[in-house]
Amino acid sequence: MPSAITLARPGPGSPVELAPGVHWTGALDPGLRVFDVILRTANGTTYNAYTVRGSAGVAVIDTVKAEFAGAFFERLEQVARYEEITALVLNHLEPDHTGAVAELLRRAPQARIHVAPRGLDMLRALLKDEFADYEVVRVRTGDTVSLGDRSLRFLTTPYVHWPETQCTYLEEEGLLFTCDLMGCHFCDERLFNDAVGDFRFSFEYYFDHIMRPFRRHVSDALDLIEPLEIAMIAPAHGPVLRSHPREYITHYRRLVTKRLASEVAQKTLLIFYVSAYGATSQMAAAVAEGAAENADVRVSLFDLAVGEVAPFVDLVEEADGIVLGTPTINGDAVKTVWDLLASFVDIETKGKLGGAFGSYGWTGEAVAMVESRLQGLKMRVPVKGLRIKLHPTEPELEDCRGFGRQLSAHLTGTAEPREIDFASL
Amino acid sequence: MATAKLTFSDVALTVNVPSGTRIIEISEKVGAGITYGCREGECGTCLTRIESGAENLTEPSVLEQRVLKENMAARDERLACQCQVLGGEIKVRPA
Repeated sequence: MPSAITLARPGPGSPVELAPGVHWTGALDPGLRVFDVILRTANGTTYNAYTVRGSAGVAVIDTVKAEFAGAFFERLEQVARYEEITALVLNHLEPDHTGAVAELLRRAPQARIHVAPRGLDMLRALLKDEFADYEVVRVRTGDTVSLGDRSLRFLTTPYVHWPETQCTYLEEEGLLFTCDLMGCHFCDERLFNDAVGDFRFSFEYYFDHIMRPFRRHVSDALDLIEPLEIAMIAPAHGPVLRSHPREYITHYRRLVTKRLASEVAQKTLLIFYVSAYGATSQMAAAVAEGAAENADVRVSLFDLAVGEVAPFVDLVEEADGIVLGTPTINGDAVKTVWDLLASFVDIETKGKLGGAFGSYGWTGEAVAMVESRLQGLKMRVPVKGLRIKLHPTEPELEDCRGFGRQLSAHLTGTAEPREIDFASL
Repeated sequence: MATAKLTFSDVALTVNVPSGTRIIEISEKVGAGITYGCREGECGTCLTRIESGAENLTEPSVLEQRVLKENMAARDERLACQCQVLGGEIKVRPA
């Protein structure tokens, strides 16, 4: 029979002990409903900061959002004196974790600041003129900071989800401070995963919107984390994962694995289109026909007139190339196309092949607009977009097939090298 | 006017450009996957792998050296918004 779970709640303003000498000194924000403009939360969030005491010093790991600095200092002062703080570890420099950094350093100016290499520039921007007053140490995977009988070891884990993100491992306790990794927006003062309410939805939702676009980098981070002995995972938002922490690592590994594993060895090219009078539809069919002549490319054709773009996101995430066909209406691409492009914010598109085509009546600027957006999504757009006035003629449909053939050639690395002059651009 | 041959491997295209051209001035126009952020040598977004011809590029400025270091760039990587082609042949691709 499982042992009873302790549901003790921290008193208002009280720190919470994770292990002897290790405390949560963060803040609760139960009233938050929208985080960072893009994320909703039904019951707020927490800003988790931690304090680790060793025989020769105290480390503070991350702080809180500026409005909650008072709660952070109130908890911190119950477990450490400012003059005892020897190390400030900043696993992530986003404002919801650094809102009390400047004030903490004024109170504990002797603390050495430990950031990942790419954190330096952001720290300079955060502290402004005061930056020069403090000692900053750039740390990489394997570097340690000693607190006497305890030591913190750093793991450089960039892009989970900012360039400077890192994790910090308290070796003696098997305690991993992961900042946003394996965090979620869920506020419950009972704090530990075996004591709080059901936060599974929040955990998945947070991954989908914060970590998924950086799936490749999360995988790299897991490569560093998986070999560690883990007794507890302490993220910067949501519950502290003290019960079955390894399962969360395993679950993250599952989440970063391809959702739609391809059953074919071919490159995959997705063609999406919207058509007002059937002209762009005709073009789409011809582009698909030309592209499909290449046996090494699997071509799929989708009419966006269905209006719902969310179901396509998983498919796009795994595709090698994405081509969009759009008419120009009122000098713009149509809304469904923009909706599809906007949905790509949740996935990684860097390096994929992109392309655009479409029929138009008067101006035809939609194709260039879409191409520009594809480049903004860090895709390569090697074949200039194809525009046709009104319905395509048979020679123009052949141009569309040629466009498709070129796209497939670029996808398979068989495109003929070209040389042009600067003046022709 | 001195020119250089600048090849973007990811789109299989070589562009004959005047000396002094910055890589990013061309990469955007030809649809290469080299992307940009601040365009001022600060963010590191346009990190570019120089596949060959690194000697045909200007030396990194103090600013570029700092950003390359902070971005943990490899020895064959440069910032497309900062380095200029001098002449000869240079082959690049997104880092």
